[in-house]
Amino acid sequence: MNRFPLWKNLLILAILLLGVLYSLPNLYGESPAVQVSPDGNAVKANSSLKQQIIDELHAAQVNYTSVNLSGNSVVVALANTDSQLKAKDVLESRFGNGYSVALNLISASPAWLSAIGAKPMYLGLDLRGGVHFLLQVDMQAALGKAIQRNTSDIRSQLRDQKIHYSDITSTSQEIILHFSDAATRGLANTLITKNFPDLLLTEQDNNGDFILQADLRADALKHLQDNAVQQNITTLRNRVNELGVAEPLIQQQGADRVVVELPGVQDTAKAKEILGRTATLEIRLVDDIHDIAAAVQGQVPYDDDLYTERNGAPILVHKEVLLTGDYITDASPGFDQQSGQAAVHVNFDSRGARIFRDITHDNVGKRMAILLVEKGKAEVITAPVIREEIDGGRVQITGMNSPEEASEVALLLRAGALAAPMNIVEERAVGPSLGSDNIRKGFHANLWGFVAVISFMIFYYRMFGLFSALSLTANGLLLVALLSLMQATLTLPGMAGIALTLGMAIDANVLINERIREELRNGSSPQAAIHAGYERAWGTILDSNITTLIAGVALFWLGSGSVRGFAMVFCLGIVTSMFSAVTVSRALANLTYGRRVRLASISI
Amino acid sequence: MEFFRIKHDIPFMRYGKITTAISLITFLFAIWALAARGLNLGIDFTGGTLIEVTFNQPANIDQVRQTLEQARIKDASVQVFGASNDVLIRLPLHGNIGNSKSSDAVINALHSLDASVTPKRVDFVGPQVGSELYNNGALALMVVAGGILIYLALRFEWRFALAAIIANVHDVVIILGCFAFFQWEFNLTVLAGILAVLGYSVNESVVVFDRIRENLRKMRKATIPQIIDNAITTTMSRTIITHGMTETMVLSMLFFGGDALHNFALALTIGILFGIYSSVLVASPLLLMFGVKREHFLKSTTKTEVSANGAQV
Repeated sequence: MNRFPLWKNLLILAILLLGVLYSLPNLYGESPAVQVSPDGNAVKANSSLKQQIIDELHAAQVNYTSVNLSGNSVVVALANTDSQLKAKDVLESRFGNGYSVALNLISASPAWLSAIGAKPMYLGLDLRGGVHFLLQVDMQAALGKAIQRNTSDIRSQLRDQKIHYSDITSTSQEIILHFSDAATRGLANTLITKNFPDLLLTEQDNNGDFILQADLRADALKHLQDNAVQQNITTLRNRVNELGVAEPLIQQQGADRVVVELPGVQDTAKAKEILGRTATLEIRLVDDIHDIAAAVQGQVPYDDDLYTERNGAPILVHKEVLLTGDYITDASPGFDQQSGQAAVHVNFDSRGARIFRDITHDNVGKRMAILLVEKGKAEVITAPVIREEIDGGRVQITGMNSPEEASEVALLLRAGALAAPMNIVEERAVGPSLGSDNIRKGFHANLWGFVAVISFMIFYYRMFGLFSALSLTANGLLLVALLSLMQATLTLPGMAGIALTLGMAIDANVLINERIREELRNGSSPQAAIHAGYERAWGTILDSNITTLIAGVALFWLGSGSVRGFAMVFCLGIVTSMFSAVTVSRALANLTYGRRVRLASISI
Repeated sequence: MEFFRIKHDIPFMRYGKITTAISLITFLFAIWALAARGLNLGIDFTGGTLIEVTFNQPANIDQVRQTLEQARIKDASVQVFGASNDVLIRLPLHGNIGNSKSSDAVINALHSLDASVTPKRVDFVGPQVGSELYNNGALALMVVAGGILIYLALRFEWRFALAAIIANVHDVVIILGCFAFFQWEFNLTVLAGILAVLGYSVNESVVVFDRIRENLRKMRKATIPQIIDNAITTTMSRTIITHGMTETMVLSMLFFGGDALHNFALALTIGILFGIYSSVLVASPLLLMFGVKREHFLKSTTKTEVSANGAQV
């Protein structure tokens, strides 16, 4: 009665072998690497890039382990962190322009393991070091911006249509228009209803004051919020690329939050600065006095910068920035009404509009350069001559080569400035030394606890203790294999979770072993005792594991960050322990004792 | 070898008054500690900034304090942490904005004091996130308690479920009371530990209840207290060994896991110790108090006869 059919033994063996196979990469660990990937989608990483990298590393005499094309990037594996940093410097100076060069960790397992998808566990930020930010999008500000934009558009449309209003005011929530008679208000109502489908209009009369109130519709509001978060995520992604992070995580969390995780980033101040930066458009004056030819030769006046225009001509621009993209409320592609050329229409807010009016007022006849600052590099889009004072904050930038380019620049200007300001509401940074320290501590906590538990089990239950110890080992193995296979994030609480589930999993074996002893005491034959011990303990094991699982699932559902990692391990550990404690140890007991017909005693 | 070879059932139920008194006193003590001292909530829940920095040489705390004061960083608490080279700086929240920059300000100020200072860890939690984590934690606690209650009510009977959950919530209150009394820092990881304990110590009640259910069927002539005594006595060996093993793992965490896991392991230790006590000596007397009877219990198990058969220890 204590014999498993052959297929069952083979199945258990197969599962254990898979467990060994998929937990093996953790033994090899990860090796330092440098990852070179092209910016944007225009350029693809290919074998010629790989060859260039190899040549470059040879020239600089940097020893590398391997160079591989992986996805849209080339990954260079290195023996140690010193050569990793050296390789990064070398490659950054060569490929810094147009490529992002980032430090990374790659699996050091042999190729055949990687080929079957076996990877080491994915370490969380508290184990590998890095920064975690939780950013909250200021929706109130996004709404305010939209109201502002609509207010100025309504104002100019009413003016264009010669519909006279006595006053127009806006709060952060709504726009209120005042008219002197109902007929004019009716005209305005028709116009706004036609041209501003997002606005919900209500009419009010107040002692000869005819009021028209415009609110944003609920669906428009939702659309606005979704867009604001999406646009901010796009912007953050562009900015994070600048930091050179190998595997950044940028994700929406809830309705108005964004999680940014940057493994390996040490300089949190720089990370914060880059994530929080807003200015992307600069307006400066062109220096037409100094000699451009001399500047090209290298004699750039000290308060000037030398740039190239779109047509390739060099241009000298004053260092003083007169106006930045911070004041942009909107940018949209369009056409110049006179020439039909592609153009970008930029709206400044009232403060920006005033500054712009002053600049144009003071510098009539001079040239003004509009620079697009992207990824720390400035480019002069256009440098028109100021012909007259420009009031109203609506500026048309020409100099685009095509409508496509115009819409790209408009997007950049919009995306460059965040759709709405973001605040950091949570930050967790872990240095690399603390990370490896945590790994070491988590590992030792597991190791010594494990050694103590299996020693006691073997001492106390002898042969059946050995079965328990082996099945606990199988449990640990399967848990690690499962975590590696799922690439679930392993955190320090997750490592504590491994220790705890191992400590709790032994409960099932204790239950079984105690039951067998009891059956023997009650006079059962050894074979019957083994059988009864396993069969009868199963119900209790199931009950107790399900109650524990309830706790694990609730933790996973409501927990955040590293606690989630704990909950994940906890739940998986319960599942693997039910298999190993019952099936694996039973198989061992069956293989040892099951074949003996006349079994006089068992070692327990 | 065997540690527990108990010939006669230990009359646990006769000591019911004493055990109930003991747990009532501990429970009231825990409530008092929570009310009088309150939990020392970590920045996970209160919001604020925590910075751990390492100096190349043993740190001079007074100098660090002075430097921070000069940099106009208010209300900073500075303490040596672990090795004397490590310093832990805590900043409370100031209003709603600019908080995320305060860690940069601290590190800059310390750099002016000593260029060798390296930040090991920075945690900043905004006020809103803090209160959300707090609320989610409380919600998780209730969800777990409710989930276990429902599961046990389905699997056994409502009296069993209620007794088990009261016993285990009593454990949780005692853990919280200990944290309040000793003013140990209570953070997210500790909360995770408490929830794990809640799920885990219910196991204990399940094992005893399983045996009570079995005995109700087998020991026809025995009284209910005798049945319970027998159930506790026969499962005692397993109880002690299982908890001993789990506690061994937890102690390993306490000794080798470092500061990050210290309070987590502490919560688990208290939870495991009181878990044994309460699930045996609180849950069972409660069961008696709720008036568990053979008749209404047997009636409810006839439907689940098959599964109940397997559930014996």
